[in-house]
Amino acid sequence: MALFNNPFNAGTRFGKGCSCGRHESDSAHQAALSAEAVAIENAGEESRYRNIVEQAVMRALFPADHQRRAFLKAVGASTAAAALASVFPIGQATEALAQTGPIEKKDLKVGFIPITCATPIIMAHPLGFYSKHGLNVEVVRTAGWAVIRDKTLNKEYDAAHMLAPMPIAISMGVGSNPIPYSVSAIENINGQAITLAMKHKDKRDPKDWKGFRFAVPFDYSMHNYLLRYYLAEHGIDPDRDVQIRSVPPPEMVANLRADNIDGFLGPDPFNQRAVFDGVGFIHLLSKELWDGHPCCAFAASREFVTTMPNTYRALLKSIIDATAHAQKAENRKAIAEAIAAPNYLNQPVTVLEQILTGTYADGLGGVKRDANRIQFDPFPWESFAVWILTQMKRWGQVKTDIDYQAIARQVFLATDAGAMMKELGLTPPTATSKSFSVMGKPFDPAKPEEYVASFAIKRT
Amino acid sequence: MTRSVGARALVLSLVIFTIFVVAWHLAVKGGGAGTAVVDPEYAKLVGQAASTGGQSAMPGPLDVAKTIWRHLSDPFYVRGTNDMGIGIQLAYSLARVLIGFGIAVLIAVPLGFLIGMSPIVYRALDPFIQVMKPISPLAWMPLALYTIKDSTLSSIFVIFICSLWPMLINTAFGVASVRKDWLNVARTLEVGPIRKAFTVILPAAAPTILTGMRISVGIAWLVIVAAEMLVGGTGIGYFVWNQWNNLSLTDIITAILLIGLVGMALDQILARLTRLVTYPE
Repeated sequence: MALFNNPFNAGTRFGKGCSCGRHESDSAHQAALSAEAVAIENAGEESRYRNIVEQAVMRALFPADHQRRAFLKAVGASTAAAALASVFPIGQATEALAQTGPIEKKDLKVGFIPITCATPIIMAHPLGFYSKHGLNVEVVRTAGWAVIRDKTLNKEYDAAHMLAPMPIAISMGVGSNPIPYSVSAIENINGQAITLAMKHKDKRDPKDWKGFRFAVPFDYSMHNYLLRYYLAEHGIDPDRDVQIRSVPPPEMVANLRADNIDGFLGPDPFNQRAVFDGVGFIHLLSKELWDGHPCCAFAASREFVTTMPNTYRALLKSIIDATAHAQKAENRKAIAEAIAAPNYLNQPVTVLEQILTGTYADGLGGVKRDANRIQFDPFPWESFAVWILTQMKRWGQVKTDIDYQAIARQVFLATDAGAMMKELGLTPPTATSKSFSVMGKPFDPAKPEEYVASFAIKRT
Repeated sequence: MTRSVGARALVLSLVIFTIFVVAWHLAVKGGGAGTAVVDPEYAKLVGQAASTGGQSAMPGPLDVAKTIWRHLSDPFYVRGTNDMGIGIQLAYSLARVLIGFGIAVLIAVPLGFLIGMSPIVYRALDPFIQVMKPISPLAWMPLALYTIKDSTLSSIFVIFICSLWPMLINTAFGVASVRKDWLNVARTLEVGPIRKAFTVILPAAAPTILTGMRISVGIAWLVIVAAEMLVGGTGIGYFVWNQWNNLSLTDIITAILLIGLVGMALDQILARLTRLVTYPE
């Protein structure tokens, strides 16, 4: 099994040898993997899914490898499986994952906000990814994040483009009634920027930014957390030394022109649009703060996921398929052209092309090249959710004690996305959590409380 | 003599319009022809304003005229969910306004009639009406979306709730201020209450009722743009939001002009109706 190493194997050994530790060398590991893949292929879908589900449950129950092995050694793999089945409906879960039965609902509505973060959701329509997986999806441009939240909650939309922190906030009932929501896939990583008004072109050091007025699209957004993080790292208290307002992206450009704000951390195309219209310059890309940070998400209610499993699978598959297509640099120009149409983003093609290809005008007369300006990687790492939660905690959006890992696991459906990626011939990561660093400061998803406590500027 | 007054007013209107357009054109044109301040590779990546170092985003009257022509020459196309002709968008808005306004008429006129007939009810309901009347459509919208759970119905509800009050007040006022002499005559002739309502009160109050309807339809048309900007999907308000999202001022000005023209047409229709029911005393 390539997706995970089998947690039922009590003999798993870490250390020397191959990456999974079960084989003497990497070549032996590869050989065993391909043999296993053939065996699984022959065993049929059912058992493959059963495997995935069992392993996911096992991992969820015993996140630490040594605990899991100790448990398996004590009771034996088959007893463990039986014990698991008694507390968790593995059969049903397998069925939900494996079912390839008829799609319950072919005509779907998916809402999106017209920004480049929604690229996979939008392009799946003109480039035929939805129809390829048997769906007739209408992608509906929507007026704002709160409207998208309300229209998905009241079921006008079956699924929607959301900011990655939104489903977490909705599930926890922060800023709305608690309704179980899930992030099925991450839409894009990177792809945001800090844009400043032209008059500040000589004030590139954040330490000079006291008294600035900034805009971000939404309170529960990566934009808000990244801007706050960046300011705080430079000793600027985001609540006391500057003003941060929630402003819809097109209004950010207009406000910048009107001298109402000094800058914004917002989604594209509006950073590039400010440059295109000559009202601002790109101070830095968000990837310079945290390379590989998530931004927007493809979200659906838990109800949709459980009541229409086949539809959900087909939809998720189309999105992941489109995301993989969007990730390839050679497709980017065609995508820019497809989504620039009035029916989708309704923006000049030049602007979108600069964002997607990464060769862009910075607003100060220079042309910059960064092929990774925006990237598309669907895997919803649980550690992303944990990081988001630490920032919610840090800035006082969440005041109570929370179980970071549990919320992350419930909302970010990493296992589903991984399974779907595998079906599409992609290679999903073998873990559901990873550590990363933001502005050079490492983050360990296993120790969220320590991370929150480590900041000098916070509102806890 | 009267004809020449009309003709002279028309000439004056045209002169004012021409002055306005020329002033607009000159104001926008100023400073547009700056020299290129950047290298050609960079200039290709940015728009005209940025490449010449200028900042003006205001379109001139010629741009707007071209855009209006483009929209009006093909008003009814549908190229997908998010791309429809301006005629279709206006039709969506008009339909919502007429439904919301129609329901408001059906409720406000009979209710206003009852309120107007009874001084006690008039006094009792007055505080409520006065409180409800000034509430903005934008305040109703989130509540409507949250409870009705349907964006089209929500916008119709908002139209309804905002256009209800002027009609209610005017109907009640019209009914209450029917001349006492006429009611006394009706009493002397021993006319029944229903016949009295239809043959005496209704014709007497009709001009006031229609004035209320005229105010209401104006409010409804004001409200729909705000409601659709908020809810999105279809309609002229959504068109404005969408072009705003595209930062295209030319299209927004086009939409503003069309909204004004349709509003005027609605107003004129009700003005005609008012003239039909008015009678010389």
